[in-house]
Amino acid sequence: MTATVDTEAAPARSGLLAVARAPGWVRYALLAAGLAVALWLPNGLYPAVAVDILCWALFAVSVDLLLGFTGLMSFGHAAFWGTSAYLTGLVAVHAGLPFPVAVLAGAFGAAALALPIGYLAVKRTGIYFAMVTLAFAQMVYYVANEWRSVTGGENGLQGVPRSLFGLDLTDDYYFYYAILPIVLFGLAAAWRITHSPFGRVLVGIRDNPARARALGYPVHRYKLTAFVLSGFIAGLGGGLFAVGHRFVSLDVLHWTTSGKAVIVVVLGGIGTLWGGVLGAAVVVRLEDWLSFSGFEAIGLVTGGIFVLVVLLFRRGIWGSVAALVLRWMAARRR
Amino acid sequence: MAGQALLAARGLTRDFRGFRAVDHVDLDIAPESVHALVGPNGAGKTTLFNLLTGFLPPTAGTIALAGRDVTGLPPERVARLGVARSFQITSLFPQLSAREHVELALQSPSGLGWRFWRSATLMRRYRDRADELLDMVGLAALAEAPAEALAYGRKRALELAIALALDPKVLLLDEPTAGMGLEDVDRTVDLIATVRQGRTVVLVEHNMSVVGRLADTVTVLQAGKVLVEGPYEQVRADERVITAYLGAADAAH
Repeated sequence: MTATVDTEAAPARSGLLAVARAPGWVRYALLAAGLAVALWLPNGLYPAVAVDILCWALFAVSVDLLLGFTGLMSFGHAAFWGTSAYLTGLVAVHAGLPFPVAVLAGAFGAAALALPIGYLAVKRTGIYFAMVTLAFAQMVYYVANEWRSVTGGENGLQGVPRSLFGLDLTDDYYFYYAILPIVLFGLAAAWRITHSPFGRVLVGIRDNPARARALGYPVHRYKLTAFVLSGFIAGLGGGLFAVGHRFVSLDVLHWTTSGKAVIVVVLGGIGTLWGGVLGAAVVVRLEDWLSFSGFEAIGLVTGGIFVLVVLLFRRGIWGSVAALVLRWMAARRR
Repeated sequence: MAGQALLAARGLTRDFRGFRAVDHVDLDIAPESVHALVGPNGAGKTTLFNLLTGFLPPTAGTIALAGRDVTGLPPERVARLGVARSFQITSLFPQLSAREHVELALQSPSGLGWRFWRSATLMRRYRDRADELLDMVGLAALAEAPAEALAYGRKRALELAIALALDPKVLLLDEPTAGMGLEDVDRTVDLIATVRQGRTVVLVEHNMSVVGRLADTVTVLQAGKVLVEGPYEQVRADERVITAYLGAADAAH
């Protein structure tokens, strides 16, 4: 993006656009800080929690790609996260392939599932889109529940191996660094998509679909493409989640998983991309801390925080901080 | 007649829950003409626009563009075939800058919009052309401003710029001067007079002096039907038109 866009008259824009318009050194500093934190994370947290954060970061970013950049609220993204988790698990268990291959297979499977679901869903907007995605996700859940011979039903899919060319990855600490490149690839892909000519069209469609059509852009096909790409990234996260836990339970397809992904994005900041990563870190860490402290009603706390954020900081953590920093910088320039 | 028209409607009809907004309209838009659609509020002008651009499917009737049947095509296809429109209520992308609007429009006919793996900096190839168009509509100094920060008249000008960026055969402008001050109206009229060269313009307009200055042909609609059609002077003098519409409008201006 250009860093030359410092018209005084132009008000600061929200979300990612605001950050994209921050000076180059700010963005590089943020990127360096983010990478440093990613490299340090399993030293400061339980490695297993750090692994979960990475997986959920991908999931959140995939939801934000739709919610923040295409204007589509998917309430059924567990279908892609969970389908990939099962596919990855099955490939790893039965074919014994290296886990990145299994994860990739899972992600492509999730993208393949996103094609028909997206095809039918993008014809609707708003709450109807959310309901269609939820309905399909419920169907996938019931299929997984009934198809016990393959998925293990309520017992789940046990013993997903973490094989990678004979390396010993049983320690979560080393496993974290083994999956980090895949996660960074997924995040970079999401960043590239939102900063591509395609991403520019998506933002146009989000803000004014009728105008985008009048410009000659086939809105449904763009939305569908975004949906499939989002399904792929959610699949990357879900596959890694399965390998990380060495086990796939039906929870990965449950509607509360879809809901949690949306909450994570709203908490982090819709349309900010990195806000989803931040939201994932906060929610996963918080949930781990609460369950470790023996607190039972985790949903009460995350739900309460969610309500607070929606009421007080509508731009989420990332969006609110970015707005504050940009305001401070603008004030200093004067 | 139909063979000569660039855009031709036959028996075009549109119902909304029993209410007939457009009623068997025949329309022939001659190539490289400026054709104005006028009529009182509720006469069906904007509905007719939405039908011609694919935003609404007709209940009955056909639309042909350069002899090709385009009835029922979705708006993006109609746009690709060379019909660009502006909207009566300004319709922009609030977060995008003026230049980004024009770049997005210029990019549309290429396949670049699908390249999700490429950098958006590729769109810089449209920058020079975008700045030319912004300059043409008097927005050169505001190229970086987000659309939501533009004053009303400037938004209308940006609408025109992005419609022109599509380099359309037919340009449909829905009340291009609505809500503008006199100065902006004059500038917009001059601009339309410039861009009509080599193009066909269809205009919905309430301001009769604008119609008089620009239009070769005027179609007066009333209650969804064509009341009168002809050159401006002739339509203006028509008794039925004076009773139905122009009398009131002239008195107001």
